[in-house]
Amino acid sequence: MPIKKFVVGNFYDEQVLFPAIKNVRKTGYKIHDVYTPFPIHGLDTALGLRDTSLHTAGFIYGITGTTTAFSFITWTLTTDWPLNIGGKPFFSLPAWIPIMFELTVLFAAVGMVLTFCYLCQLAPFVKKDHFNPRSTDDTFTMAIELNERSNEQEIVSFLQSVGAQDVSVQLKETGWWLGRYDKEQTLYNQPIEVAG
Amino acid sequence: MALLKYESQVRPPLVEGNKDYHQVTEDICRPVEAKPSMLWWIGFLISLALLGFGVISVGREVWFGTGQWNLNRTIGWGWDITNFVWWVGIGHAGTLISAILLLFRQGWRTGVNRAAEAMTIFAVMCAGQFPIFHMGRVWNAFFTLPYPNTRGPLWVNFNSPLLWDVFAISTYFTVSLLFWYSGLLPDLATLRDRAREKWRKHFYGVAAFGWTGSTKHWQRHESLSLVLAGLSTPLVLSVHTIVSFDFATSVIPGWHTTIFPPYFVAGAIFSGFAMVQTLLLVTRKVLSLEEYITIEHIEVMNKVIVLTGSIVGIAYLTELFMAWYSNVKYEWFAFEQNRVNLASPYGWSYWIMMGCNVLSPQIFWFRKMRRNLLVTFFMSILVNIGMWFERFVIIVTSLYRDYLPSSWSPYYTPTIWEVGFYMGTFGLFFTCYFLFSKFFPVIAIAEIKHILKKSGENYKEKMDVVENESVEAFAHHHVHH
Repeated sequence: MPIKKFVVGNFYDEQVLFPAIKNVRKTGYKIHDVYTPFPIHGLDTALGLRDTSLHTAGFIYGITGTTTAFSFITWTLTTDWPLNIGGKPFFSLPAWIPIMFELTVLFAAVGMVLTFCYLCQLAPFVKKDHFNPRSTDDTFTMAIELNERSNEQEIVSFLQSVGAQDVSVQLKETGWWLGRYDKEQTLYNQPIEVAG
Repeated sequence: MALLKYESQVRPPLVEGNKDYHQVTEDICRPVEAKPSMLWWIGFLISLALLGFGVISVGREVWFGTGQWNLNRTIGWGWDITNFVWWVGIGHAGTLISAILLLFRQGWRTGVNRAAEAMTIFAVMCAGQFPIFHMGRVWNAFFTLPYPNTRGPLWVNFNSPLLWDVFAISTYFTVSLLFWYSGLLPDLATLRDRAREKWRKHFYGVAAFGWTGSTKHWQRHESLSLVLAGLSTPLVLSVHTIVSFDFATSVIPGWHTTIFPPYFVAGAIFSGFAMVQTLLLVTRKVLSLEEYITIEHIEVMNKVIVLTGSIVGIAYLTELFMAWYSNVKYEWFAFEQNRVNLASPYGWSYWIMMGCNVLSPQIFWFRKMRRNLLVTFFMSILVNIGMWFERFVIIVTSLYRDYLPSSWSPYYTPTIWEVGFYMGTFGLFFTCYFLFSKFFPVIAIAEIKHILKKSGENYKEKMDVVENESVEAFAHHHVHH
């Protein structure tokens, strides 16, 4: 992922943040992302993000679990090695419900968490560039992406006018890499040409 | 746009004091970042010693066999399975708080859910030890898993409740761990970004998985939490239902009863909440988190205790009545002679159970008692003793005398190594809890911030003005459009 140039503004109140987002979007600037210390309801719609399909994935993982349990138990107990237990039928579905249920939950949960980590690029030893370390504390940090045509100064003063504080221009890597948070590291050793 | 949901003044604040977002971070991170206190070290070392005792006890059992325990011909389960059911039950409160109360949109869960979920995980870890070591040849424990083997392959018996247990407990542990840890990620990132020492930055940097707080990530995180809560809710009910099937699907008098699943689930939540009280009363005091785990939280949990305790009481009386009403003489004998009869060898244990679980929680009908910390602490211990005896009564008083008098077994008392195993799990549990309270935020920071402007004391005070507005003005200002 290339290094990009951003104008970064900070907000301390949701009541200021929401109108600001509205204004920025109306003016046509591209919001790269807003980083918040806790989930703020309605922020995703305000940013125009589409709804996540993670729950659909969870449903698919779940039914995969159910069918895995059902077909595996059916195969072992009726075909591969049928056990005569007190003359009861080999295909005894009611007795399998508990395990079918447990595997449904297990597959759905594990699958969803892995998918979540994959989509959000979260894993141990993953390192990313952060705009503001306080955006995990009490600050809502908005980053606006710059391109060749954007006017840096104009965006800075615009952000200030909608209530952003400590507005700065930052060069940031947008991808992730394997690294340590206790060391200053970048993904590339060589300086890279930056657009904007 | 009305951003904040209005919450009535009738509801007491969930976060006391004049807090803003940064103050919340400071308060909850302080114990993690400070040097551990003397009290912490004492507690931790005692737990470690208990754990050591447990390791020796289990070591002897593995080396010499289950003969180290006083199990006999009819009492094959004894303390071991009693402890198993007890620990699993304790775990249930954590899931109830984090999952079911999330679905019910209960704001007060935010103060206690993190610690309660940790408790769940540690309790299930402790519980798992008992059936595993009860196998005797523990190195063959993997026989319980359905893997292709050279014995046929001879598969495990999927029709057996004991195997359902293997699946239920391992699924429960995995899902609880995932739920807990995914909730921890944002808070670990908070700790990472505050860290000054290098090791801390590295440690939390690894642990936080590179969390940034991006809006899209939060959106997915919310979806994940909600679905995991939705999955955990039937899961937690299924786990203790399946544990109760270990008993209920047998033909032993006192076990062979359809009331067991709901009765076990209610009992599990009952004992779990008692353990949450025990832990949190100490935690809030030692880490000075009284403004986050308020007396309101304590009171609400005491209400759950009196509710579930009464459900358990009704279950006890129902099974007693049904034993008589069924006209099955073996069933009635198990209850009348083995349990209710105080003069019988184990009659005392039945009445300890009744006293602790059914009578004593009734004290919580009084508001004054629900809000009394000492009474709450004492009661939480009493309930846990009572719930341990419930499992002991179910197992031992059913097994020691059943159909054939010639096979009635002698009086069963545990050996020191049986007791040591149990003590060892206390050691494991508290060692884990002490480490957790030192290295992780015991309160979900992000979730507290989420409810702060709705339920925080200083924000609620501003609502006083709102309360006095006319209906029209109120609707105009605060109804979502």
